[in-house]
Amino acid sequence: MSAAGIAAQFTELALAVLLAPLLTGWVNQCRAWLQNKSAPGILQPYRVLAKLFQKEVILAHNASSLFRSAPYLIFGSLALSAAIVPTLGTDLPLNEAADAIALVGLLALARLFIALAGMDVGTAFGTLGARREMMVGFLAEPALLMVFFTASLISHSTSLSTIVETIAHRELVIYPSMAFAGVAFVMVSLAENARIPIDNPATHLELTMIHEAMVLEYSGRHLALIEWAASLKLFVYMCIGLALFFPFGIAGGGDWLGLVLALPALAAKLAVGGAALALIEMLSAKMRIFRAPEFLGTAFLLAVLAMLVHVMLEG
Amino acid sequence: MLAPRSLRLASRVLFPAGAVAGLALAAVALQAIFGSPASRVLPLGLPDLPFHARIDALSAFFLLLLGAVAAGISTFASGYLRAGEGQPPGLQCLCYHAFLASMAAVLVADDAYFFMVAWETMALSSFFLVTSDHRHAEIRRAGYLYLLIAHLGAISILLCFGALQAGTGDYTFDAMRRIEQPAGWATVAFLLALAGFGAKAGIVPLHVWLPEAHPAAPSPVSALMSAVMLKTAVYGMLRVTLDLIGLPLWWWGVIALAAGLVSALFGIVFAAVQTDMKRLLAYSSIENIGLIMSGFGLTLLFRGFSMGTLAALALTATLYHCLNHAFFKSLLFLSAGSVLHATRERSLDRLGGLIQRMPWVAWCALVGTVAIAGLPPLNGFVSEWLLLQAFLFTPGLPHAYMNMLVPVAAAAIALAAALSGYVMVKFYGVVFLGQPREARLSETHDAGPWERTGLLWLAAGCVALGLAPVTVISLLDPITRSATGYGIGSHAGSWLFLAPIEPQRASYSPLLFFIVATLLVVVTWLSVRIFYHGRVRRAGPWDCGFPYLDSRMQDTAEGFGQPVRHVFEPFFRITLETPLPLDSRPRYRELVEDRLWYWLYLPVARAVERVTALVTVLQRGRISVYLMYSFATLLLLLLFVR
Repeated sequence: MSAAGIAAQFTELALAVLLAPLLTGWVNQCRAWLQNKSAPGILQPYRVLAKLFQKEVILAHNASSLFRSAPYLIFGSLALSAAIVPTLGTDLPLNEAADAIALVGLLALARLFIALAGMDVGTAFGTLGARREMMVGFLAEPALLMVFFTASLISHSTSLSTIVETIAHRELVIYPSMAFAGVAFVMVSLAENARIPIDNPATHLELTMIHEAMVLEYSGRHLALIEWAASLKLFVYMCIGLALFFPFGIAGGGDWLGLVLALPALAAKLAVGGAALALIEMLSAKMRIFRAPEFLGTAFLLAVLAMLVHVMLEG
Repeated sequence: MLAPRSLRLASRVLFPAGAVAGLALAAVALQAIFGSPASRVLPLGLPDLPFHARIDALSAFFLLLLGAVAAGISTFASGYLRAGEGQPPGLQCLCYHAFLASMAAVLVADDAYFFMVAWETMALSSFFLVTSDHRHAEIRRAGYLYLLIAHLGAISILLCFGALQAGTGDYTFDAMRRIEQPAGWATVAFLLALAGFGAKAGIVPLHVWLPEAHPAAPSPVSALMSAVMLKTAVYGMLRVTLDLIGLPLWWWGVIALAAGLVSALFGIVFAAVQTDMKRLLAYSSIENIGLIMSGFGLTLLFRGFSMGTLAALALTATLYHCLNHAFFKSLLFLSAGSVLHATRERSLDRLGGLIQRMPWVAWCALVGTVAIAGLPPLNGFVSEWLLLQAFLFTPGLPHAYMNMLVPVAAAAIALAAALSGYVMVKFYGVVFLGQPREARLSETHDAGPWERTGLLWLAAGCVALGLAPVTVISLLDPITRSATGYGIGSHAGSWLFLAPIEPQRASYSPLLFFIVATLLVVVTWLSVRIFYHGRVRRAGPWDCGFPYLDSRMQDTAEGFGQPVRHVFEPFFRITLETPLPLDSRPRYRELVEDRLWYWLYLPVARAVERVTALVTVLQRGRISVYLMYSFATLLLLLLFVR
C-alpha cells in the first residue's frame, strides 16, 4: 500500500461518483445525435439530480424503513464497487479487500435491495418490476461471473488488479476466449443497465419497463440517489469492460506519472465506450420481455464457452 | 407446574435448560477441536458389546455446530410452544431433547452399533416430532414418507458398515480404520454410504421426504432438522469416506459432485415456484445440501489426485458452508415460525406487509435473507467464495477431461447461487413487504422476548461468521489436516485478510469491506442531510396515477415465480386449470409437481405392491400352515448344517 495507491483509490472513487452522471449525459447526447434529435445537453443529468435533491420526499403511507434506507444502501454499494474496479491504477488498497467475486456479490447486493424496495409499497408496478429485475439478474449474474472466471483462469487470480496487469501485458493477439467473453459481457451489461434491447431507460410504457417500474414510488432525494446509483452502475460496468478487454493506459504500482496519464486515457476510452453503447441501442429494437431469458441464456452460454475455449485451446 | 402436561415447566425450565446445555456443549467442543482425539468405552449397550465413543476434530466441529445452533433454537422454542397445538407439551419436549441428544450421540459414536442405535433414535424422535400434529392426514402421510426413506437410508448405512468390517466381525471404527480395503469393496462401501447418508441429507433423487416433512413439523423442529440433522448426514459421509475408508479414488468425487450439482439446481428451481413458505425453505435446504455435496465431491477429486492443499481448500469450503447453512436456515425457519404463529398462515399468497407489524422478525429475517442469497459481507458469501476459488484451481488437475468438465460445474454453482437470490427476494418480499393480502394481518403481533432472543442469536451468528472468516478457518484447520494432510489456516493471511492459497491469487476481507461500505452509506446519508433537507410527506402510493389499488394487485407467490417456471419448464409437471371466457365464477388453478415422483417413486411403489400381492399367497392366516413353514425351514437348515 503506497501513497500513490491511496491517492489513486480516493481519486478513483471521487471521479466515479462525480463523473457517472456525465457519462449518462454523454450517452444520451450521442443517442440524440444518432437519432437526429436535439439533445438536452450533456449536463442534463446533473440538473435533474439537483432538482430532485431540492424536492421533498413523498412517501406512501405504508412505506417501511427498508424503503427509506434502500437508496442509501444501493448508492453506497455501487460507490464501493466503483472503488474496487481499477480504472486509473492497479495499486489500490481496497483491491486486497474485495476481488472479482466480491464485486459480483456487491452488484447483486444492490440489486437485492432495489428489488425489495420495489416490492415494499405493494403496488402492481413495483412487484412487476422487481420480478423482472430478478429474472434478468439470475441469468446475468452467473454470466458476469463466468466472464470474470475466464479472465481469472488466464491470469491465475481473481484479484482485479492482477487480472488487469496480466491482460495488459499479454501480446496483442485476439484470444478466442476473450472474444467470447467480450460478447457475453456486452450482452450482460446491456441487460443489467436496463438498456435496449432488454429495457428502455427512456420509457414509462407500462408493459415493457423493468427498472423504472421498480422505482416508481420513489421521489425527491431518494429518487435522486437511485438515479445517481443507476448512472454509477453504468459507469462501473463500462469500467469493468475497459479493465478486462482494453486495460491499456492503467497505471501500475507507485507510478505517479502513469496515474496522471491514465486520466485522459480513461476519459477517451469512456467517450468511445459511451458512443458505442448509444450506437448499439440505436441499432437494436426493444425485445419482448419473454425473449429476455433467451438473450441472457445466450450470454451465459457464451461466457461458459469462453471458459471452455480457454481450457481447451489456450490452457 | 410439575405435571407432565404443564406448558410452563417445558417452556420456562426445560427448553432454557436445553439452550444452556447447548451453549456448554459448544464451549466443550471448541476446546476439543484443538485437543488430541480422546476415546472412551461407555458402560452402556449389550454385555460384550459396549458403546465406544470418540471425539476428534471432525466430531468436535459438528458438536460445536449442534450446540451453537441448538442454543438459539431452544431459546426460541421456550417462547414458541403453545398449549393445544399437537401433542401435549411435555411429550413434545421429551422428543425434542431426545432428538438433540441422539444427534450428539451420532457425532461421538465410534462403533457401528452405537452409531446405528443413535441414528435410529434420531430418526424415530424426529418422526414423532414431525407427526406431532397427527390429526391431519397430510401430516401423517408426510411422516410415513419420512420414516420410509429414513429406513431405506439406514439399511444402506448398515450394509455400508458391513462392507467396511471386511469379514473381521469387528464393528468398531478403530478396526475399520486399520483395514486396507480392496478397491472394489471400498467402492461398494462408498456408494452405500452415499445412498444412505444421501437419503438423510436429501440428495436428489432421495429428496422427496424433505419438502413434506419439514413443513409438517413445528417450526423449531423444522429448524433443527434442516440446520443440524441434515449436517449429521454430511458428518456421516465425511466420517466414512475420509476417515474409515483409507483409499481415495478420484472418480468418487465426480459422482458426489454430479449428485451435488443436480441437487443444488433442482432444489433452487423448485424453491422458486413454491407457494408455502416452509416448503420453499425446505427446497432451499436441498439446494444448500447440494452445494455442500459439490464441495465434498471436489475434495474427493483433489484428494484422489493427491493435491493436498486444494483438497483442504475444498473441504474448508464444505465445512464452512455446513456451519453457515445451519445458522441462516434455522434463522429463516424460526422467522417463518413466528409469522406462522402470529398469522396462523403458511401460504405465501395470504401474507404480506408484516414488516410493519413484526419489525423484529422482519429485520432478523432480512439478515438471513442476505446471508442465504450468498451476498457479501455476510456468511453465505464466504463459503461460496471459497467454493468458487476451489473450482478455479481445477485446471491444474492431471486429467484433461475433468479439466474441461469442472468449469461447467462452476457455472452451475454460479447459476444456483444467483437463483437463490431470486428465491429469497420472493420469500422476503411476499411475506414481509407490500400490503397485507388479508385484512386480519393488520392485527398481528411481533414475536415475544424468548423468540426474539433466539432470532437475534442466530442473526448475530450469521454476521460473525461473515465478518471473521479467518478465525473460523483456523477452527477447521485440524480437520483438514487430519483428512488431507494440509490446512489452509496458516495460509489464510493475516487476521484481516482471507487469502486461502496466496494473497496474489485471491484475497477477501469482509471486515474491511463492511467498514468501507458502512462508511460510504453513512457519508452519503450525512451529506444528503447536511446539504439538502430531510423533509418527508406521507401520501397514498403513486402507482402511475392509478387510484384503485388494492392488495390483490400485487404479485402472488405464483406470479413472482412465473419467470423461473417459464425458463425451466421441462423440470416441472404442471397442471393448469384456466377458466373459460364466459365463466361466471372464474377460477385459475395451477399445480406444479415433481416429475421424479411420477417417474421413479410411483413405479417403484407399484412394483412393491405387486410383489407383496404375490407374497400374500404364502400368508394364509392359519397357525398350522405357519407351523408347517417353520418345520420345513428347520429341516432345510439341518440339511445345510450337516
